[in-house]
Parts: sequence; structure tokens; C-alpha cells
Amino acid sequence: MDFAFLFSSMATLLAAVPTTLILFSLSVLCGGLLGLLIVTMRVSGNPVLRNFAKGYIFVFRGSPLMIQMFLVFYGLGQFGFIRYSFLWPFLREPMVCAILSLALCTAGYSAEIFRSGIRAVSPKEIEAGRAIGMSGFLLVRRIIAPIAFRHALPAYSTEIVLMMKSTALASLVTVWEVTGVAQRLISQTYRTMEVFLCAAVIYLVLNFIILQAMALLEYSLSRHRRPAPSAA
Amino acid sequence: MPGVTRLSVRNIRKSFGTHEVLRGISLDAQDGDVISLLGASGSGKSTFLRCINLLETATDGDIFVDGEQIRMVHKNGRSHPASQKQVDHIRSELGMVFQSFNLWSHMTILENIIEGPMHVLKRPKAECIAEAEALLEKVGIAGKRDAYPAHLSGGQQQRVAIARALAMKPKVMLFDEPTSALDPELVGEVLRVMRALAEEGMTMLVVTHEMSFARNVSNRVVFMKEGLVESSGAPEDMFGSGASPAFRQFIGNFGNGQ
Repeated sequence: MDFAFLFSSMATLLAAVPTTLILFSLSVLCGGLLGLLIVTMRVSGNPVLRNFAKGYIFVFRGSPLMIQMFLVFYGLGQFGFIRYSFLWPFLREPMVCAILSLALCTAGYSAEIFRSGIRAVSPKEIEAGRAIGMSGFLLVRRIIAPIAFRHALPAYSTEIVLMMKSTALASLVTVWEVTGVAQRLISQTYRTMEVFLCAAVIYLVLNFIILQAMALLEYSLSRHRRPAPSAA
Repeated sequence: MPGVTRLSVRNIRKSFGTHEVLRGISLDAQDGDVISLLGASGSGKSTFLRCINLLETATDGDIFVDGEQIRMVHKNGRSHPASQKQVDHIRSELGMVFQSFNLWSHMTILENIIEGPMHVLKRPKAECIAEAEALLEKVGIAGKRDAYPAHLSGGQQQRVAIARALAMKPKVMLFDEPTSALDPELVGEVLRVMRALAEEGMTMLVVTHEMSFARNVSNRVVFMKEGLVESSGAPEDMFGSGASPAFRQFIGNFGNGQ
């Protein structure tokens, strides 16, 4: 094994990690917020909002993320009203397109994950909230959301890990994140095995950290499901 | 303040589809009244209780809590509360105790109790905690303030639920079969707390199958049958010579009321 080459490849790829992290964190953040909006529409009593949310979820879960990303990157510029709008300086940036399509896609999945969490909230606990004088946003903020979030957390962890891996697709729209840099390195050196091995290790380490953090969060939010401390 | 009408319900009706569960029920509770609502399963007593704090919306009728009428509007043949804000306010004045406790599972016992005072009544946290601790003392589970509901027995959970309702300083307490989900050996501890509340002068409306409570603690017994008040009166009359034949038959199923 050529350790010198492995180390130099690793160093090159590590330089691209910040880009991957920016892609990941911004798309998870924006996608999560958008997902909250979509799930609010999805569970609302208004049939127009509900059906819009259903349609949104169907479109973004039902088509490949890669195609969504191509449509955003190559497609948007074909519309004059976008090309000549104030948004164009942003939307022509590959990074913005990649984050936008990642966020739009994860919002669809997140909305469904959040919805499953909301459905798992016991109607009895909601009723206790109403009986004490809560309604509307106060009831959501104090009772429904905290319980729903706990139910949704395991599935949402999976979605977040999938998002980390999906950032690799951004290389297809010329964002130089870890996978993109790896491919460039391979085309220069023809040494597929070493380079992709380094890339895989980087993704594994990143996901390991994310999963540990999520597990810690889950643990700290589930004290009520653990046996009582013996002192109590 | 004896003589003050805490709760007044006029001619409440409630239908689910074509089935009329409540067919015109009226009831007044003066300050300090402890009223037991008895009746066979399906007689509408729980629905009646849930109509009072609008967990069910009555199809027709008027409800006054401490003199304040709950405003309703009729739209498309259905009845709705006119103002959610008023509903929230009325509910905050009515303490509700559920059959299956309905504690918030992700909160500690203390958090369950201070939730309403802090976030509905918007009172300072330190004050809420001090009162919550006093309430826990009162219902006999002071040592459990940092435990979670799942760590407690059913009887303890129900006592927490009572403390949670009391923390709102309610005008009237509503109990919806508070001991029906409990193992027989845990019923006593909950009834003791309820009896102590009654003795302090709390106005209480209790849907129950506990004949000893109805007979010995309440000052009025209301017997419901098929969505109507079949008979009502003081417990000594209802459980004595004044009982209607239907009520006599009903308590007969409980072994002469014991």
C-alpha cells in the first residue's frame, strides 16, 4: 500500500470537508424549517393547504433527488422571470442550487417524519392540555411538539444521515465537496480504490459523529421512558 | 362563599349523529356542593361532564361558570363556541380529572403541576413551584416531584392529576370516573384526597361508580338514565326511602350501595 498517496489524498479530501458540511448543515436547517411548514399545512383543517402539502410531499419523495437537482441547476435559468429577477445572482451559483434542491427534498421527507410523530401523540395528553386552558400555538409549543419530536427523533436521525450522504450529489452540479474532489483526484491519478476509500472513511466519521450526537439527544429526551432512579 | 352559584347548566342537549346522548339536562352547583353523577354506562354522564368544559360541544343549552355564560354561535345547524379565548379562560377555571389520569408523560411530576399556572396563567415560576410542592404534600406524594408519570402507580398518578388541576385554583372541580381505571387497592388513596377536598369546601362534580363516595361524601346525588336526570336529591333520601324504582334497581347491581 502506498501510504504516502493515501495521506496526500486524505489531505486533499479533508480540504473539501467544510464545503460538505456547509451543504449538509444549511440544507438540513432550511429543509427542517420548510418541513415544519409543510407538516403544519398537511395536518391543518384547510383542504387547500392539506392537498398542497400532500402534492409537495408526493413530488419530492417520488422523484430522484439527482433529477430534482439537475432541474434546479439547469432548468431554472430557462425561465426568463427567474433569469431576470433579483434572485438570479444567487440561483446561478451551484452551491445555492445544491442547497436549495437538498433542502426542498428533505423537507418532503421531514414533513412525513414529523407527521408520524404528531400522530403518535396521545389524544389524552392533548385533551389534558385543552382542559387546563391551552389552545392553538401554546398547545402545540408546550404539549404536542415536544412529545411529537421525541417520537420522530429516531426516524429523523436516519433522514439526517441520508442527507449527509446525499450531499455527494452536489458534485454533479459542480460543487467541489468531498465526492467531487475525489472524482477529480481519480481522473488525475487513475487510483480509484485509495481515493474512494478515503472518501468513504470521511463520510463514515462524519456520520458517526452525527449519529452519536443524535443518540445523545435522544437519550437526554427520554428520561421518562427509563426506569426510575432507585432513590426516587 | 356559600350561596354563590359556581356552575349552572341549562337544558344541555348533545347528539352524536342521529343518536341523542343528552336530552336536556340542567344542574346548578352552589359553592361547596359535592354532586355525584351516577348512572349506567351509556347514560351520558361522562359526556355531560365533558360538555361543561367544552371538550364536547353541546348541541344546545347554556352553561354559566361563576356567573359567566359561555357564548355560543349556531352555524350550519351546528353549535360552536363564539370565542376560543373565552373557552380557554373557562377551562382554566374548571379543574378536570380524567379516568386515565392523562398526565404529560415527558414531564416530571413537578413540571406537570406547574405547567398550567406558568404557561396558561403566566405566573412566576418560583411561586408556582412553591405552590406545587404544597399541593404534592397535600395529596401525599411530596417525595416524587422529580419522578416521571410512568414511574408512579395509578393511584399516585391520579393524585398528581388532582394536584395538577388544583394548581389552577379552579372554581369547580370536575371528576370523570377518577377511580375506574385503578386497581381496587389503590381506589382508597384517591377517594381520601377527594374527601379531604370536599371537606375544605371545594365545589365538585363527580362522575363515579363509587357508591360509598356518593353516599357519604357528596351532598347531592344525581341519577342519570338515557340522557336525562331520572332523579336527584340528598344522598340520605336517594339511598333511603326516597329512591325511585329505577335508582333502586341501579344500586341493586352494586350490592345495595356498598
